[in-house]
Amino acid sequence: MSISGTTPADVRFDLAVTPLREVNQLLHADGLSGSFAIDAPAGAHNVAVGLDAPVAVAINGHVGYYAAGMNKQAEVTVHGNAGTGVAENMMSGSVRVTGNASQSAGATGRGGLLVIDGDAGARCGISMKGIDIVVGGSVGHMSAFMAQRGRLVVRGDAGEALGDSVYEARIYLRGTAASLGADCVEKPMTEEHLEELAGLLKAAGYDDDPSSYRRYGSARTLYHFHADNSY
Amino acid sequence: MCGIVGLHLRNPELHPRLGELLAGMLCEMQDRGADSAGIAIYGDQDWAPSGVCTISLVDAGLAVEEVSTTLRGAVGAPVDVLQVGDVLLVRADVTSEALLAAVKALYPGVLIGGFGEDLAVLKGVGTPKELAASWGLAGVQGWQGVGHTRMATESAVTAAGAHPYAVGPGECLVHNGSFSNHATIRRELRAAGVAFDSENDTEVGARFVAHALAAGKDVATALTDLTRTFDGFYTLLVSTRDSFAVVRDAIACKPAIIAETEDWVAMASEYRALAHLPGVEHARIWEPEPEVVYAWNREVVPA
Repeated sequence: MSISGTTPADVRFDLAVTPLREVNQLLHADGLSGSFAIDAPAGAHNVAVGLDAPVAVAINGHVGYYAAGMNKQAEVTVHGNAGTGVAENMMSGSVRVTGNASQSAGATGRGGLLVIDGDAGARCGISMKGIDIVVGGSVGHMSAFMAQRGRLVVRGDAGEALGDSVYEARIYLRGTAASLGADCVEKPMTEEHLEELAGLLKAAGYDDDPSSYRRYGSARTLYHFHADNSY
Repeated sequence: MCGIVGLHLRNPELHPRLGELLAGMLCEMQDRGADSAGIAIYGDQDWAPSGVCTISLVDAGLAVEEVSTTLRGAVGAPVDVLQVGDVLLVRADVTSEALLAAVKALYPGVLIGGFGEDLAVLKGVGTPKELAASWGLAGVQGWQGVGHTRMATESAVTAAGAHPYAVGPGECLVHNGSFSNHATIRRELRAAGVAFDSENDTEVGARFVAHALAAGKDVATALTDLTRTFDGFYTLLVSTRDSFAVVRDAIACKPAIIAETEDWVAMASEYRALAHLPGVEHARIWEPEPEVVYAWNREVVPA
């Protein structure tokens, strides 16, 4: 994992010098293009949030909460670890974390691709609504909790209660889940799914054999009120 | 919210920098809540000289000379009193029990922040930046320190509601979160003879751990018992003179990060509190798993 500030870029910001708000405002300029590097984030929250331009942004170091949140169009790479809620509510574009991500990675994301090369913490992909998430390592407990749409790919293992109360999101897991959450079941891998998974792995830069994965999704038994579920 | 930080120094060459490093960690967490704050420092020779008992009296409003003279008469030994901000550090070469008994008898109702050997606990109402400056935290030394900055949710903003809770000899606990069944457990502990200083939920956790340690359990066992007894949200940092431990609840929504190098172990609510530590770029950094107790012991350096 590299956290050195050596990525080439058209424009460089040093967060030890330039205030974060100023950097974010510059990244929100109309008609923005090109590549940007942000050095010395030192765990700051809200780095490179709300981008809406076809730009490449490299963040060199560990970031705090909500990095690259609400991203649209931009390709953001965090060379380090990310705190809570990286790429939360992403709309499009891509976010890559070369290290580990904390809880709620990709929460409520509507679109785009989030790749975490290391592990993701608890509740990865909670309430995802169309985002694709590929995790190089393992995910923590309650990942894909109430996930509505999109795909979660986990190359390692999953913690307890994977896919609890999942709606129509698809979960692809190479390792094992400590347990499946309520209404989450294993489902058959058809050609369609193998093809979909191969595309996701390729987009994330991994060349695993898709047939080494299992698919999980909703049994759809919680969709309607059932007297047995009341207490 | 609330922010917690802790630093356990393995390399004695860093001991002179304990206060400076801990102050940086604590003040970085000020955004997580700043209504009150507190620290525990292990090993500062000015605050808590080795070989004697130190008791912290918080916001006592008493004069140094008066306390020193009165307590000397009660314990029959010299009592040295140092004022640090609004806290009096009372030191005497007697047992903790004897000094505590004298303080409680002569100054009933005064808040005891902590007690034991090598430990100084300071806490109060105010921002961590103001309090750290008033205590001169950046100048202190030692092998271990913890800190807490509070956003009150469960009880009043008072010095008694501020963390750390240091209710057993040399022990200290800081908490981010809220216990939901604390009233039940407080009632049970009271029935077992445990006295409380506040209605704060965290104090119940600290009394529970102290009660377990006093019964001969080790820190890891006490914290495992805590995970099975307490309901609610918590990331806890528990320290004694010789140990440093972290535990989170099963849901693990209260943040925590641990970093470890050959020279130190550090824990904080967020990474940014660790970003200034020397050698952090080479540290092993991870989030503690739910309901797993992480504990380190001090290797005592020969004199």
